[in-house]
Amino acid sequence: MEEKREIKILGIESSCDETAAAVVVNGREVLSNIISSQIDIHTLYGGVVPEIASRKHIERVSQVVERALQTAQVTLDDIDAIGVTYGPGLIGPLLVGVSAAKAIAWAKDIPLIGVHHIEGHISANYIENKELEPPFGCLVVSGGHTHLVLVKDYGEYEILGKTCDDAAGEAFDKVARAIGLGYPGGPKIDKVSKEGNPIAIEFPQGKVRGSEYDFSFSGLKSAVLNYLNACHMKGEEISVPDVAASFQKSVVDVLVSHSMRAVSEYHFKKFAIAGGVASNSALRAAMEEACRKRGIRFYRPSPILCTDNAAMIGAAAYYDYRKGIRSDNSLNAIPNLKLGER
Amino acid sequence: MKILAIDSSGMPASAAIVRDGLLEAEYTVHYKKTHSQTLLPMIDEISRMTELDKRTLDAVAVSGGPGSFTGLRIGSATAKGIALALSLPIVNVPTLEGMAANYHGSEALICPMLDARRSEVFAGIYTYEEDPQAVISDGMSMKILMDQAPVSVEKLCGKLNFLYEQTGRKILLLGDGAVMYRNIIEEILEAPHMYAPANRNEQHASSVAVRALEMLAAGKTETAEEHRPIYLRVSQAERVRKEKLQEAQKAGN
Repeated sequence: MEEKREIKILGIESSCDETAAAVVVNGREVLSNIISSQIDIHTLYGGVVPEIASRKHIERVSQVVERALQTAQVTLDDIDAIGVTYGPGLIGPLLVGVSAAKAIAWAKDIPLIGVHHIEGHISANYIENKELEPPFGCLVVSGGHTHLVLVKDYGEYEILGKTCDDAAGEAFDKVARAIGLGYPGGPKIDKVSKEGNPIAIEFPQGKVRGSEYDFSFSGLKSAVLNYLNACHMKGEEISVPDVAASFQKSVVDVLVSHSMRAVSEYHFKKFAIAGGVASNSALRAAMEEACRKRGIRFYRPSPILCTDNAAMIGAAAYYDYRKGIRSDNSLNAIPNLKLGER
Repeated sequence: MKILAIDSSGMPASAAIVRDGLLEAEYTVHYKKTHSQTLLPMIDEISRMTELDKRTLDAVAVSGGPGSFTGLRIGSATAKGIALALSLPIVNVPTLEGMAANYHGSEALICPMLDARRSEVFAGIYTYEEDPQAVISDGMSMKILMDQAPVSVEKLCGKLNFLYEQTGRKILLLGDGAVMYRNIIEEILEAPHMYAPANRNEQHASSVAVRALEMLAAGKTETAEEHRPIYLRVSQAERVRKEKLQEAQKAGN
């Protein structure tokens, strides 16, 4: 039998505060990428409230799926498989996407593939870089994750390092709150840092003694809080742009130095970043420069593919689909799902 | 008229296929496994057993709430997925009306109640009356005497005593709330009453389907896009925030 040329996958993502659906062809071509963000609601609470997020997901899940199909000008009859994020993430939000995806797949007899959220972020790089293929190194940085990953092959990963406490994006949110920038912290710190001096204050780097690829950002966050407190006690004025820029530099420095250590040790020819924090302009610039110096190709997705989205889930699901990986009707949401496990 | 009905609002998970007056299949499990793992395999099982051609379904009925927030969303998302894929209307059956339909046709005061924590139950009061326009074969239709709402057991029993005096109808209690608060009920409820046996005490998708038939006839359907669970309570975060804002307002005045 001749292999079907075009495999169309409907991706669904609801692991945190974005309800998203997308149609992706052969893992690389995005026909639609619909994202319904809840950020305005969670801003009122200073962070994502799981129950509120779950309620918004259930309100929007069918709309985003229908819009993704309409925008792609396809119907469910054209869809070869459904890929859905089943972990890691918030259990309530994940269950909405998983339950809806399973029901659609069952009703239309379409194969179902449960996708790891981080695998989705990594796969976002395939969409705009048709020539990118494993093996390569990838740094996944977001509000919930900080992983330095060796991508051995499609669907095969080795985690070289990860955070021992806060995720990088979480540290951005906490520091942003402390210096009065509000939620979400990443974009706000990025913006205000452009007017600040990154070497004005020396904050500790988020390294972990004895494990050269792991990260720790809670100490850095505390250092920023201590600094603010000390200034307050001494009656010294705080420069928000300087604090933001110095904090950001500290985060970026450790992310880049760990990544480049891995580049040297594992002889990567290609290195990619992914996840919400991969939109950070300082990180993009520093990583690009470091890769250029070492003469290796650097990849990063456009911001719309860095944020949580379903196109990346459709991309990741495609490679699982080709391997014959399928999920059954009992697929469950797994909040602490490990990368590379099923 | 063929309906696929589901109920994952509480501890039991239940799925049924009802064709006109016939219950073709029902699968109810009250065990520890999570609904996210059990509900769709149960739907699939009864569909295969009855050789269901999914394209012949006329509607999806879901027990919309109140109940466990997570359980409600699993049911809702499942109903939405099926409705979206097969272009079907959703019948959003209030959970307590579905439970009352366990006693379809009874002229008693049917009072299902579910534990709602915070010393309340979700409860409603229903009865059945003869109706020339009745959709169900026994010629009886549901009459809502008290719409489902969170209420204290004390207040609920007061209402039941009052309704008994007015109608002379005996009282049928069901649901986990009736089991949990039996001691309080026994103290306050003076009207003659009885408790449901195991086969009628909890949520059953077949009852959801029977109530859905009445609602369908009354044109009460939703699209997948419109459908959302009936929580009857805001989230804790919203409640706390509202209280804080009110306090701040008071302090400001």
